[in-house]
Amino acid sequence: MNVIYGLLAISIAIAIVFFIVFIVSVKKHQYEDTYTPSVRMLFDDELVKTDKSGSSSSSENQKPNHKHKQS
Amino acid sequence: MSKINSCYHCGDDCKPTDIAYDEKHFCCNGCKTVYEIFSENDLSCYYDLSQNPGATPEDIKGKFDFLNQEEIKLKLIDFADASTEVVSLYIPHIHCSSCIWILENLHKLQPAVKHSQVNFPKKTITITYNIESTSLKHIVELLTSIGYEPYISLENLEKKTGTNNNSLIYKIGVAGFAFGNVMFLSFPEYFEVNEFWLDQYKPIFRWLMFSFSVPVVFYAGQDYFISAYKGLKSKMLNIDVPIALGISVLFIRSVVDISFNLGTGFFDSLTGLVFFLLLGKFVQQKTYNYLSFERDYKSYFPIAITKIDPQNNSEENIEVFKIKKEDRLLIRNQELIPVDAILMTDEANIDYSFVTGEAKLVKKKSGDKLFAGGKIVGNAIEVIAEKSVEQSYLTQLWSNDVFKSDYQPKFKSLIDKISKKFTVAVLSIASISLIFWLFYQPALALNVFTAVLIIACPCAIALATPFTMGNLLRIFGQHGFYLKHINSLEQFAEIDTFVFDKTGTISSSKMSKIAYHGLKLSAEDTAILKDSFRNSNHPLSRELYSFLDTLDLKTVDDFEEILGEGIHTTFNSHNYKLGSHSFVEANSTHQKLNETAVYVKKDQQVLGKFVFETSYREGLQDLFKTLEQTYKLVVLSGDNTGEKQYLSKLLPQSTQLKFNQKPDAKMRYIEALQEEGKQVCMLGDGLNDAGALKQADVGIAISENVNVFSPACDAILSAKQFKNLADFLKVSQKGMRVIKLSFLFSFIYNSIGLYFAVTGQLKPVIAAILMPLSSISIVVFTTLATAYISKKLPKM
Repeated sequence: MNVIYGLLAISIAIAIVFFIVFIVSVKKHQYEDTYTPSVRMLFDDELVKTDKSGSSSSSENQKPNHKHKQS
Repeated sequence: MSKINSCYHCGDDCKPTDIAYDEKHFCCNGCKTVYEIFSENDLSCYYDLSQNPGATPEDIKGKFDFLNQEEIKLKLIDFADASTEVVSLYIPHIHCSSCIWILENLHKLQPAVKHSQVNFPKKTITITYNIESTSLKHIVELLTSIGYEPYISLENLEKKTGTNNNSLIYKIGVAGFAFGNVMFLSFPEYFEVNEFWLDQYKPIFRWLMFSFSVPVVFYAGQDYFISAYKGLKSKMLNIDVPIALGISVLFIRSVVDISFNLGTGFFDSLTGLVFFLLLGKFVQQKTYNYLSFERDYKSYFPIAITKIDPQNNSEENIEVFKIKKEDRLLIRNQELIPVDAILMTDEANIDYSFVTGEAKLVKKKSGDKLFAGGKIVGNAIEVIAEKSVEQSYLTQLWSNDVFKSDYQPKFKSLIDKISKKFTVAVLSIASISLIFWLFYQPALALNVFTAVLIIACPCAIALATPFTMGNLLRIFGQHGFYLKHINSLEQFAEIDTFVFDKTGTISSSKMSKIAYHGLKLSAEDTAILKDSFRNSNHPLSRELYSFLDTLDLKTVDDFEEILGEGIHTTFNSHNYKLGSHSFVEANSTHQKLNETAVYVKKDQQVLGKFVFETSYREGLQDLFKTLEQTYKLVVLSGDNTGEKQYLSKLLPQSTQLKFNQKPDAKMRYIEALQEEGKQVCMLGDGLNDAGALKQADVGIAISENVNVFSPACDAILSAKQFKNLADFLKVSQKGMRVIKLSFLFSFIYNSIGLYFAVTGQLKPVIAAILMPLSSISIVVFTTLATAYISKKLPKM
């Protein structure tokens, strides 16, 4: 039955991980603007559609946290 | 024109000019230019995302030159190193997804922009740019040229206060985290099974719960202890006193219980209680972060002004705070006069509506004194400063006590009123049962005493107001009525006197009605008049030009404008004189006192006059009729008495009308009403009402466009919704009833809990059920009730 110690430790560790993730996300200002990203994610395809080949296509990948796009 | 097209860029009617370009219609060259810029740069997607998303770019010759000044620039930017700068700008026009798209694609228009990010709720954009090939001034001018003019004012120069405080979110995180875990850990004990293994591990479960609760009490709940301590120090029994008492008793009793192995303790109730209380705080803290309710003159005034050096006739931009007496300043069209000054140019037209509410232009001649706060209309002028900014007449208003940050209005909310009785009642019930049990069964006495304090913790009561008013605040916001704080809403429900400013509040500031009185004008005369007005830059001429409807185009032979008097034109040997009463030498029977009119004289005969009347907001009469039955109504105006007769016909008899009220007089008038014990709500729109708005119990600023600036106030009401003020009032009063009902519910819960507590049967499991249940049911009830009572609110 000593397994209960292990189980408790695991469950609390997981809870603490989530808690830390929450704190980090607040610290990164993720809760300050909850609207704009939802609009922004719809634009990426637009850019591809209107891009002229070459010159400006590289610049839009400068966005930080730019996730890998499926093409 | 048979059909009026709407502009492809901004959506305005293409009238009087209609520019066709690329098979699309534009209302002006500015809009067309923006379209050209976008289509050349592959940015025409802008028009696919939303319809007519744009704004007409303003003409800004030299307006932003001050951004080249290192000193001013450094105050504006967030960050700078050798090659890049980061700046955050507030752009009022941000309103749709097209705006986000175009602003985040700035680098296509200006390669030096490395990165631009929009924060939509705050209407700000953060731009990172390379300073080797561009500058802040260029960035701002680029934004302006595509119709997104940033708003830069003195406010930006002041130290930016730390961004909104995240500590409440952290506290909710801590409390929620602990609450969930403690609930799980206390689960085995809820069933009171005497299972061997469970009994074996009880201590570890209990001490784990204890360790989860420590940060909840000492970190998440600390504000309640601080607030209770402050309340007691100022001899006030606020609602936080019984809450703090409840939290401490819960914690101490639980620690004692598990230390002496008497029971599980109440850690689950404790963490749940703090979690719900903080949620209530969070709900009431939710505000409109793009609206500012704290504006003073600083948000109106320009940052910099052009100073002229008469010795070598050079110009330089200086910060307005650096203006000294005797400085010579250049003020351009549409700029504000920042300090009291003496006019040096021959004459100036000044719009003082900001300060006095008087919409008519004031004419000043060389040597006249100009007050700060006036807006220049027409040609640029030169002035000599008489005072510094802080000493000017208008800014003096802000040195009044009501503008001091520590000025505390004497408002006691409903919860403050009942918390004292509540605390006394709880403590007396606890003491009586303590004494009773001491005689009856001393072993249980302390147990009962603490149980009473635990169960009577006013969690549900403390949640009723934040949730009810917080919900109403959000619902009102969706309907164009934005309140600063839930306290303002509570005060709004208790108002008994309404004071209205006239110009811009009950009358719309922009539209004046034009009526023609006199002999009928022939079609030819109309066309001649239209052309005469076309050549004049006087604001009245412009209004008349768009008012006169004729398809016939005539060109007058001769045109002469006598400034401040009128226009003199000839056509086919007919002489026309258009202008003031004295200019056309009309006989005085035509003239009414204090009337704004343009007279028309053809040869020797006065044909008639165009009279400008203020147009009052629609629904004004009905609103006053509705309010008049229960409230005292007053109209305070900075205007002259010209409209008095008409107003007294329009408004109910009991309405008091007061004219020629200066800003400080308005403020004192409200103060006098309050001394009579009245709860005053003031509605105004301009800087001239700022003092009165602040002094009133509830100050509401009426705004044609909520993104444009309104003076410091408790609430901003969209002008479109002005006619529905009475409905908002009704709903807020019903909201107070919802709060009272919630109090009744929580009283019933408390009575049930007290029965268990007083009879000595309160087990942790009962507290753990009762407390969250009461909190959650109050939240659900207030949410449903507020949705129901505001169902009938008229949509925007």
